[in-house]
Amino acid sequence: MNASLMFLEILVALAGLGILIGDLWTPATQKKKLGYGAAAFLGILFFFSFNMEEGPVRYAFGGMYVLDNLALFFKRVFLMSGVVVMVMAVQFAPKIRRGESEFYAMILFALAGMMVASSAFDFSLLFVSLELITITFYILASYLRSESTSLEAGVKYLILGALSSAVLVYGIALLFGSTSALSFIEITETLSQGSVTLASNPLAIAGAIMIFAGLAFKLAVFPFQFWAPDVYQGAPTPVTAFLAVGSKFAGMALMLRVLFQALSSITVNWSAFLTTLAIFTILYGNLAAIPQKNFKRLMGYSSVAQAGYLMMGIVAMSVSGSSAILFYLVGYAVTVLSAFLALTICINATGSSEIRSLSGLMDRSPLLASAMALAMISLAGIPPLVGFFGKFMLIQSLVESAPAGWGCLVAAAIIGVVASMYYYLAVVRTIIWDKPLSGGDAKIDVAMPCQVLLYAGIIAMVYLGLFPNDIVQAAQNAASVFKF
Amino acid sequence: MSVLTTIISLPLIGALALLFIPARQHVVVRMISCGVTLLSFILASLTFFEFNAADGSGFRNEQLTPWVESLGIQYHVGLDGINVGLLLMAAAVGFSAVLVAKTIQYRAKEFHILLLVMIGGVLGAFASLDLFFFYFFHELALIPTFIMIGLWGRGENRNYVTFKVTLYLSLGALIALVGLILLYVQAGANSFDIVKISEAVKANPLSFQSQNLIFPFLLFGFGILVSLWPFHTWAPMGYGAAPTATAMVHAGALKKFGLYGLIRIALPVLPDAAAYWAHIIAWLCLGNLLYCGWVAMRQKNLNLVIGNSSVAHMGFVFLGIASLSLLGVTGAITVMIAHGFLAALSFGLTGYLADRGKSLELDQMGGILKSLPAVGSFMVLAFMAGCGLPGFANFVGEAMVLFGSWSSFSVVTSFGVWAGLVIGAIYMLRALRKALHGPLNPSYDGILDASGFGQKLPYLILIAFLTLFGVFPRLLTDKVQPAVEHSLEQMKESSSLKIVLNTQKGADHDAAPALSHSSKFEETKPEPYKPGQS
Repeated sequence: MNASLMFLEILVALAGLGILIGDLWTPATQKKKLGYGAAAFLGILFFFSFNMEEGPVRYAFGGMYVLDNLALFFKRVFLMSGVVVMVMAVQFAPKIRRGESEFYAMILFALAGMMVASSAFDFSLLFVSLELITITFYILASYLRSESTSLEAGVKYLILGALSSAVLVYGIALLFGSTSALSFIEITETLSQGSVTLASNPLAIAGAIMIFAGLAFKLAVFPFQFWAPDVYQGAPTPVTAFLAVGSKFAGMALMLRVLFQALSSITVNWSAFLTTLAIFTILYGNLAAIPQKNFKRLMGYSSVAQAGYLMMGIVAMSVSGSSAILFYLVGYAVTVLSAFLALTICINATGSSEIRSLSGLMDRSPLLASAMALAMISLAGIPPLVGFFGKFMLIQSLVESAPAGWGCLVAAAIIGVVASMYYYLAVVRTIIWDKPLSGGDAKIDVAMPCQVLLYAGIIAMVYLGLFPNDIVQAAQNAASVFKF
Repeated sequence: MSVLTTIISLPLIGALALLFIPARQHVVVRMISCGVTLLSFILASLTFFEFNAADGSGFRNEQLTPWVESLGIQYHVGLDGINVGLLLMAAAVGFSAVLVAKTIQYRAKEFHILLLVMIGGVLGAFASLDLFFFYFFHELALIPTFIMIGLWGRGENRNYVTFKVTLYLSLGALIALVGLILLYVQAGANSFDIVKISEAVKANPLSFQSQNLIFPFLLFGFGILVSLWPFHTWAPMGYGAAPTATAMVHAGALKKFGLYGLIRIALPVLPDAAAYWAHIIAWLCLGNLLYCGWVAMRQKNLNLVIGNSSVAHMGFVFLGIASLSLLGVTGAITVMIAHGFLAALSFGLTGYLADRGKSLELDQMGGILKSLPAVGSFMVLAFMAGCGLPGFANFVGEAMVLFGSWSSFSVVTSFGVWAGLVIGAIYMLRALRKALHGPLNPSYDGILDASGFGQKLPYLILIAFLTLFGVFPRLLTDKVQPAVEHSLEQMKESSSLKIVLNTQKGADHDAAPALSHSSKFEETKPEPYKPGQS
């Protein structure tokens, strides 16, 4: 046993417990400080994580837990997102009637779950970490108990999430039944050990498909995307941001490990299946986003579309595909977090998340407007921002490995990108050129920590677009754990 | 750091600087915009006139900075005969467009930022020798176009036009991107560097199958961007709705990107596919020359006449490219440059009228030459250049294209001559008569002529280059021709099919006498080109 490998997760979970205890001694007006404290703590952990040794793959808990470059990469992204989400949560806190510190604690627990998920190397740990994430999100999504939309989001997420967890567990059971193993290492060995029949065993394949479905739910891949728009719209904004970044990324980390490490001898034949799903995901997400009027709902559909783009990297089934996914995720995290941070502050001022309510934001707060406009431009994949380079890498990896049907997938991606320009640029237009709604043209104040983060987000979006080299290197290092 | 990097980055730095200047400082905004584009224009002119083709076939003013090494992407810019004139043209058009943009009142600062980004992008696209940056810069220039048409455009169906232009051009750009990535993958050089790719292809030619897989992506991707018939419908209405400066930069400079891509990338690296597709290109270009020329004859709006004629002119470039001959491709590049100046001039002049609230419907126009002598006479010059009158650069290019393509496509060429001379003359002269001559139309009362040096300068620059290259074409063609020769040489070396090699030789065989034609033709240039010859 080598528990010291887990110390990042342990510290995050302890911080969550610390907030719950510290809450007892904190007066109601001071609870903000708990949130900012947690954010600062996560920030320290984020910087500390760069001191951790990269390179050798280390296992703990009998091979259940792995610490390799991929896990470290994801942990850093999660910690960075945690900082922003926590600051966002503090901005959001005035709307929470009771249980402000629990809100922060829940976020930390979910974060711990995500970090464990990135290291899961055993189906039991995979399930436990996923449940830790999902169950905290059931609570977080319905945190505004007096608002029916939030409750609706929570209930929808609960029902569909529970269903997907059930499917996932069933899949794990089937796989265990056919291979009598849960550890990724053992499963890989069993499936590849000469016994050709086992990789083509219907039981194992059915199990693999069910596990895929359970994870695809987290990623919001078609046809498991129905929850995304409703939950994104109804959930409190920081929670939506955390869903878009944290939950999706944890799903992606697990998806990559399961598809390419545990079940690679089964998924090798899935090219056509995955390509089809990717095509539908891209088209569905982008086309359904066009008529949306609510910004959070738009981001829900956009997140479906992004899942589709990410699937292109999976379909490529190559190291360059996986590194493209990782680069894209970093860019996506920076972009979406900036947008949602700006949105949280806007909602505090306008009380609405309709796109219309963002009219004239440029006059009300140039900082918020530029962060949000740049985020939209980056999501649309326009140079010189980071989103462009991510899409470029994904398309490149797909063309490079040219799996069957790649032409259709590229065509779908082109249609998707063109369609997405319409709705993203419409938001930019509303923000910069439309006149403020009557009675709502007062300047918006932005708290100091938010200003810092927004400036950081803007700089990151531009810098990573202009100088992507470092992150590309890191992504390639992380993706090198996969053998194709 | 190469002077090219300075030329490209000046407008971009200007755009960045404008971000930090309060919008009410209108004069400062104008000064910065004009200053950076003027500097960029001066540097580009110096580079152009210093450029000496005798220095060899390599690239001048090169700069190579690794960017993302693991993916084989580097910032690589350089000049040879193919792009040196285009760069000059783009810089001149950019500067004139910024001068013309003075009339923009609504959100002037944002407009100037977008315009400068667009100009920087165009310059970068023409200078880039790396596929990634080539695309990157083009996209950088393209997106502001959409925003400018959508927000500062004119006309009632502006939103529809914005949507259509965005849809077409994004689609074209993305198709071309897929083609470029395919090329990167198939060439196997592990680099997006055009020089490295062409070396790899020379050493190890691509098979006909893989060439034929890539070429349609590039042809139709770039073709949509250049308004190749039948993908041209976005262009006339797009230019009709675009604000003046945007139409100038797009129609003049940015649109040539696709043609430049075909000449720079598709021809040397994919020679067999180019030879295979040449016939199709030649027949499609008749669509541009005849159909769009015919459409231009029927237009009732001056901007649509010019828009359609600009689409029609692209036919000459495609014909020159399809001929795969030294004279034809050299002529194609000359037409690209000449048409860049011409399109910017025409849209700048119609924009002068439209920006002052006047209708461009031909019925509403008349007698402009009387009330606006300066603008009117510039228009006469532009229309004459548009008909291909000797003395303007357009004539030089078009004549070279027609001579160059005769041996490959005599039928298409004879139609092309007809289109260029008869149809072009009909729509241009018709527009000239309706708009400029006759009694002054009452709707044009009270409009002031371009007065003072400042207002005339943008048009004078463009006219100066049109006539300079028209009267002394060798200033341009002597730079272009050796580079094209080198490029065709490369085509032969990178060809994998013997049978195509033969046709290559055939084309080249024609090119040798064609070369002497060209020098002969240049000596006898002052002689008017009689329609009777066709």
